[in-house]
Amino acid sequence: MIDDGFRLMPEQASTLAPSVDLLYYFLLSVSTFFTVLIAVLIVYFSIKYRRGNQQVDRSKGEDHSLWLEVLWMVVPLLISMAIFAWGASLYYSEYRPPDDAIEIRGVGKQWMWKFQHPSGQREINDLHVPLGYPVKLTLISEDVIHSFFVPAFRTKRDVVPGRYTNCWFEATRTGTFHLFCAEYCGTNHSRMIGRVIVMEPAEYERWLANSNMQESPLAAGKRLYEEFRCVTCHRPEGATGRCPPLEGLFGRDVKLVDGTTVPADETYLRESILRPAAKVVAGFEPLMPSYEGQISEEQLIYLITYIKSLAKP
Amino acid sequence: MTAALDRPTSVSPESVSLPKRHYLNSGYTVRSWLFTTDHKRIALLYLVSITAFFVLGGIAATLVRLDLMTPQADLVRSETYNKLFTAHGVIMIFFFLVPSIPAVMGNFLVPLMLGARDLAFPRLNLLSWYVYMVGGVFTLYALLAGGVDTGWTFYAPYSSTYSNTYVMATAVGIFITGFSSILTGLNFIVTIHKMRAPGQVWFRLPLFIWSIYATSIIMVLGTPVLAITLVLVGLERLLGLGIFDPRLGGDPILFQHLFWFYSHPAVYIMILPSMGVVSEIIPCFCRKRPFGYEFIGFSSFAIAAFSFLVWGHHLFVSGQSIYAGLVFSMLSYLVAIPSAVKVFNWTATLHKGSISFDTPMLYALGFVGLFTMGGLTGLFVAALAVDVHVHDTYFIVAHFHYIMVGGAVMGYLGAIHFWWPKMTGRLYPEGWARLSAILIFVGFNLTFFPQYILGYLGMPRRYHIYPPEFQVLNVMSSAGASILGVGYLFPLTYLIWSLFYGKVASANPWRAAGLEWQTPSPPPTENFARTPVVRHEAYDYPAIDNQQVEEGLR
Ligand code: HEM
Ligand SMILES: [Cu+2]
Repeated sequence: MIDDGFRLMPEQASTLAPSVDLLYYFLLSVSTFFTVLIAVLIVYFSIKYRRGNQQVDRSKGEDHSLWLEVLWMVVPLLISMAIFAWGASLYYSEYRPPDDAIEIRGVGKQWMWKFQHPSGQREINDLHVPLGYPVKLTLISEDVIHSFFVPAFRTKRDVVPGRYTNCWFEATRTGTFHLFCAEYCGTNHSRMIGRVIVMEPAEYERWLANSNMQESPLAAGKRLYEEFRCVTCHRPEGATGRCPPLEGLFGRDVKLVDGTTVPADETYLRESILRPAAKVVAGFEPLMPSYEGQISEEQLIYLITYIKSLAKP
Repeated sequence: MTAALDRPTSVSPESVSLPKRHYLNSGYTVRSWLFTTDHKRIALLYLVSITAFFVLGGIAATLVRLDLMTPQADLVRSETYNKLFTAHGVIMIFFFLVPSIPAVMGNFLVPLMLGARDLAFPRLNLLSWYVYMVGGVFTLYALLAGGVDTGWTFYAPYSSTYSNTYVMATAVGIFITGFSSILTGLNFIVTIHKMRAPGQVWFRLPLFIWSIYATSIIMVLGTPVLAITLVLVGLERLLGLGIFDPRLGGDPILFQHLFWFYSHPAVYIMILPSMGVVSEIIPCFCRKRPFGYEFIGFSSFAIAAFSFLVWGHHLFVSGQSIYAGLVFSMLSYLVAIPSAVKVFNWTATLHKGSISFDTPMLYALGFVGLFTMGGLTGLFVAALAVDVHVHDTYFIVAHFHYIMVGGAVMGYLGAIHFWWPKMTGRLYPEGWARLSAILIFVGFNLTFFPQYILGYLGMPRRYHIYPPEFQVLNVMSSAGASILGVGYLFPLTYLIWSLFYGKVASANPWRAAGLEWQTPSPPPTENFARTPVVRHEAYDYPAIDNQQVEEGLR
């Protein structure tokens, strides 16, 4: 919870937090051990072998020892490889959202956070999430790089203009937690602060129902698809043959005219809408007009949500 | 016959007086300084200018810390705060840490340690100083005229498209200064290869030379990448090329790759020379050969080589692929090994030594302690999942200050104190000097240790205002900073005092090995009356001491 005075560890409020802290405690013990070891040796040698002390035996002061050198290369190497593997496995799961996660979209902008829930509710600088459900965030920035950071969840992800990034978490405690922007983004960087509000699932449902309901991203995407006249070329039947059909596109690999293939992920869809000429699909002419400047980040998100829905049989 | 230098003669203190003719009094005019090609005078030119930059950077830091005493923005506005931390970072990194030891101590010592008259290219050396000054003045102008608020990392697209301040002028200043680094590095490499005294084979070189050599390689190979990056930011701003701006099809993450490809190795430009200094000081005040000479020497090269392979550990949360993250994390741990090797070797050097605690030794031991703590927290930031949490928080601020301020600055101060008698022919007041070394150590820990905790608690870096629960630790940090500040003012004062009133130093006040001590203090312009011949490895302390025992008996 926000505001409970002096502490040495941040609150644990996600499934990830205890595992990150465990690794942190391990690191803390390893580094305390070596710091103390070095400090004790330095102090002990300094006292014992101080110049004034004539009593000690200084004969045979070695100036090299192969086995010692090997020992203190191999031991730190083993320890650090273990830390590497541990940290890597956590990182791997941290950035691979489970399939059934609730997907919330977020847009960062100097200097605010805008979120939208799957059923359409929007909020600014606040993010309501249900307890005990995995939540996946898909994030993009409208201007400079920001970074989505919730210390109580031990999670962070840069929010980059021009590409979608993801992170996910599952909250384990109800309450209100800090949401910071961690990547320096200009004058009011330190005021780009929000709150994550974790609620009991039932309460979350109630909150969703009571917030002023808006068009869902999917519905908005369908509407925009017609408004922007995408539908004139991209028809389900692929009638004209002038442009690739969008059905079943998301998640596939796409072959381009230059012979390379790219995965049709969200960043690819976004780029194809804004700069269609950048990656032309094999077998098609670069006929599509650019929508750069006519379409906002939020509208792009709706369109992509709609195109993704076409992929599902 | 050439002077055989394996057995230095001790000079009893009473008989000491300044040599009649030396590099300092070989000319008094401004011209004789500004057009000198003497590496020792150029080192002093650098010393004065770098100290001035350090003071400026320190003033900015003081204001930042004062402002952070309270959670609200009480002292300055956000724009000003952002310009202050940018000024602090830019000045400290590019105009203090990168040039400090190489340009001041390296310039002064490399020829002396090699038994040479000067660097290989004395005029190029003078040119490097001018290039440094031109770049510095340019940047200072930019920082003072309008100010830059991008942070020293200049991340695009903020720097290339959004920031409307003096980004271009600052970048030009840094770009120019980069050439000074490259020229200095080239000069050292050629000098170390070509100008060693007869008999001075590679394995008889002082470890300081090994570390300067490794540093020079990074300077020559890395700095051009920084220059290219800055040119690209400039082109982007002027012509809107769209290299980094996604609205024009560019990639902001590309900027980070280019930037860290220089800037990660650059942190080793800052720390390797300090490691070299410590490897000189500890053996001298232990009267012992350094433990594992070869391992200390080669670890410098291992660090230099690995440092080019780990830049991606600054991008763990940027959206680079998970697999890139895994590779960069693993490689980062490989850099940790040669650093650990050095720490263990320095500690082992104390074993069975005959240890005295003069000021340089206090700084060297302080260095080992702080560098160990900074390096060990490198294990935290290289561990992927932990870095995700601490990235861009005060934990990182603490980590790199332990390395760069705790490490590099302690090494620099140790070097200044160790070679001050050689540079100026004067001794400083030992009591004051020891007191300040202790003050700096204590003040430093009080300043930066709380920041590790702050960072793990989640306080992001570059925050002007912060939630009130972080205040206690911030106040501790600011209190420590004032002690640290006082600690830094001491040497500034007593070193200047010593120039006029300090006791006259002998040629070799520490009874140190190393060719630089085999010529008067301060050295004559041509360094050595006769080219020295090297018959022994660099640290034959047992022999020096035995010889003195024999002389005493005679
Ligand atoms: C030789 C001494 C070292 C120096 C001079 C040094 C310096 C630095 C600096 C300047 C940063 C910059 C952060 C920023 O502005 O964002 C940094 C970050 C980092 N350092 Fe070190 N470091 C050293 C040792 C290590 C070691 C031994 C490791 C790994 C075992 C390490 C791993 C890292 C990592 C992973 C980061 C990035 C963290 C982040 O941005 O979240 N460092 N270091
Ligand atoms: Cu931001």
